[in-house]
Amino acid sequence: MKTGIILSGVGGQGILSIAAIIGEAALKEGLYMKQAEVHGMSQRGGDVQSNLRLSDQPIASDLIPLGHADLIISLEPMEALRYLPYLTAEGWLVTNAKPFINIPHYPEPEQLQAELDKLPHKVVLDVESIAKEAGSLRAANIVMLGAAAPFIGIEYDKLAEGIRNIFSRKGEEVVEMNLKAFKAGYERAQNQ
Amino acid sequence: MGKHLFLGDEAIAQAAIDAGLSGVYAYPGTPSTEITEYIQNSAIAKERGIHCHWSANEKTAMEAALGMSYAGKRSLCCMKHVGMNVAADCFMNAAISGINGGMLIVTADDPSMHSSQNEQDNRYYGHFAMIPMLEPSSQQEAYNMVYEGFALSEALGYPILLRITTRMAHSRAGVTTRESKAENPLQTPADGRQRYILLPAIARKRFRALIEAQERFESVSEESVYNQYFDGPDKRLGIITTGIAFNYLSENYPEGFPHPVLKICQYPLPQKQIQQLVETCDEILVLEEGYPFVEEQLKGVLSLGIRVHGRLDGTLQRDGELTPDAVGKALGKPITRYYAIPEIVEQRPPALCQGCGHRDVYEALNEVLTAYADAKVFGDIGCYTLGALPPFRAIDTCIDMGSSITMAKGAADAGIFPAVSVIGDSTFTHSGMMGLLDCVNENTNIIIVISDNETTAMTGGQDSAGTGRLESICAGIGVDPAHIRVMIPLKKNYEEMKAIIREEIEYRGVSVLIPRRECMQTVTRKKKASKK
Repeated sequence: MKTGIILSGVGGQGILSIAAIIGEAALKEGLYMKQAEVHGMSQRGGDVQSNLRLSDQPIASDLIPLGHADLIISLEPMEALRYLPYLTAEGWLVTNAKPFINIPHYPEPEQLQAELDKLPHKVVLDVESIAKEAGSLRAANIVMLGAAAPFIGIEYDKLAEGIRNIFSRKGEEVVEMNLKAFKAGYERAQNQ
Repeated sequence: MGKHLFLGDEAIAQAAIDAGLSGVYAYPGTPSTEITEYIQNSAIAKERGIHCHWSANEKTAMEAALGMSYAGKRSLCCMKHVGMNVAADCFMNAAISGINGGMLIVTADDPSMHSSQNEQDNRYYGHFAMIPMLEPSSQQEAYNMVYEGFALSEALGYPILLRITTRMAHSRAGVTTRESKAENPLQTPADGRQRYILLPAIARKRFRALIEAQERFESVSEESVYNQYFDGPDKRLGIITTGIAFNYLSENYPEGFPHPVLKICQYPLPQKQIQQLVETCDEILVLEEGYPFVEEQLKGVLSLGIRVHGRLDGTLQRDGELTPDAVGKALGKPITRYYAIPEIVEQRPPALCQGCGHRDVYEALNEVLTAYADAKVFGDIGCYTLGALPPFRAIDTCIDMGSSITMAKGAADAGIFPAVSVIGDSTFTHSGMMGLLDCVNENTNIIIVISDNETTAMTGGQDSAGTGRLESICAGIGVDPAHIRVMIPLKKNYEEMKAIIREEIEYRGVSVLIPRRECMQTVTRKKKASKK
């Protein structure tokens, strides 16, 4: 088993919380993991990404080579496209549909759509609205994780357990809400 | 003991705690900040009373760490690469005095300048000071090196420099920890005055001792488990890697190395193994993260009589961090790329947060300065450096910590009017205060804006050394209290702010303006914390 994941978004959106749950689940599974994060200047509203590698064999590089990411998980559609050179030919792109516009020349919605349409394997979801339905806008990341769950290489239940572990200190209510968001993301992606 | 998922920075911090650390000294700086933060948040560190308060700058940190080591305790000093320039005075001389308790200095270099103004390779500092250096290739190795490093420092009698780069500092991997050791007892050095008083007569002896110690450092390096020789069938090429470059090489050869490989993670360079590689192979390729430090030493002026490839001959890019692809390209491997970045994808540079007080400072300042065509604004290092970008384009320079005040002074001396300095509160206490004293002593015609958000914001909101005392610090340095002007940077105060800025520009002398409003990120964090 070997999965390369690029997580992307805009500084402040919280891509690292997705990585933390996958990491938690991976560690429990006894998998090897390396995850390169971005801290510092770019966290102020700039583009941010994290390279996450999982394997049942030792991992050499912290960074994923071009053309070797099996999955791009993005909280922002333009940021998803930025990392396409890393995607394998048959890789999946799972992204939030809603643009985060904090720059003057952000592309038009139909331009974004046209680029996403070119990809053979993608899931494009309005994660914020799904998160709201599930109980809280703050669970948008978890909806995203649910949508990406089939491509990570870790079973659905193990990821759910990871969510439970990460949120357990915040109380059962928060755990349940996040599990609901996780399930909602998973199901909506399946139906797409 | 156990297995944990650690950032490289966290592995270093945990290892130091486990090795019996008594104090960490540091000033925040990406990518080194999380080392000290981890210790600050560690329950064991709290229980043991390990010193972990932030220092005013890297020089005060280095000196305090040396003082703790003088007292017999194990000390850690951490900084980003450019911080070493600030600490260099003490660093160079700590190599002359030597240490008592084990002392490790961590330099976190930032090739590709993710969050820095240069990409200097601080292995040159280790070489310059002639002390041993460690450069881990994995988080586990970083842990092991620090865990054993204090004892090594004590055995050799010298501080040790641990060099990491951004990808080691900010990448997470599984790390197995070891049993926790007790701290050293308080014990000052018996021969203290013969080592720590660097009068010329003593310093000359000590420098000769350091020169004599080089042979020992080299043999320790040759015997080090961190310097490994791997044989390979194809001897046309021998490959030297340093630090994490080894990982990128391994990534490119998942089935094993076709060429002999020397993995170097401890310095000075292991002569024996390099000799072996050079005698075995026709040509050498050097893969190192940073400057061509090893490559230059191998080539020398007269060269080895063997071809050496690397960053100097263009086999690898001359600047920027290494990647698996950059290394692959140097090895002649094809790059696979199935999709291009669509043309519609725009750059998304970082920006000042919405609601940030620095925004209001720049708005007001920009408006006032439209009336002064020759105005120059000297910026500094921090979030407010982002004032260089649109829509503000408000600063003309940003060189190093504290330079806004002193560069503005020099420019004012040369005749520039108005000469404005914009500096943050933490940067001011880091290294702006002495420059202010220069201005006061000459009554320089200058306006210094200390944009005070009451925190060290860019690195994640650490304590700022002068919070609550900036006015008294400036008055103490000798600024006329009538020209220390505090304001609240908010839209509704623009007219008042602009009036004050105009008045102080027209005042011929030293003016300090202090727009003060707490960082938005810090406020939010505090609110969240109080809810819990």
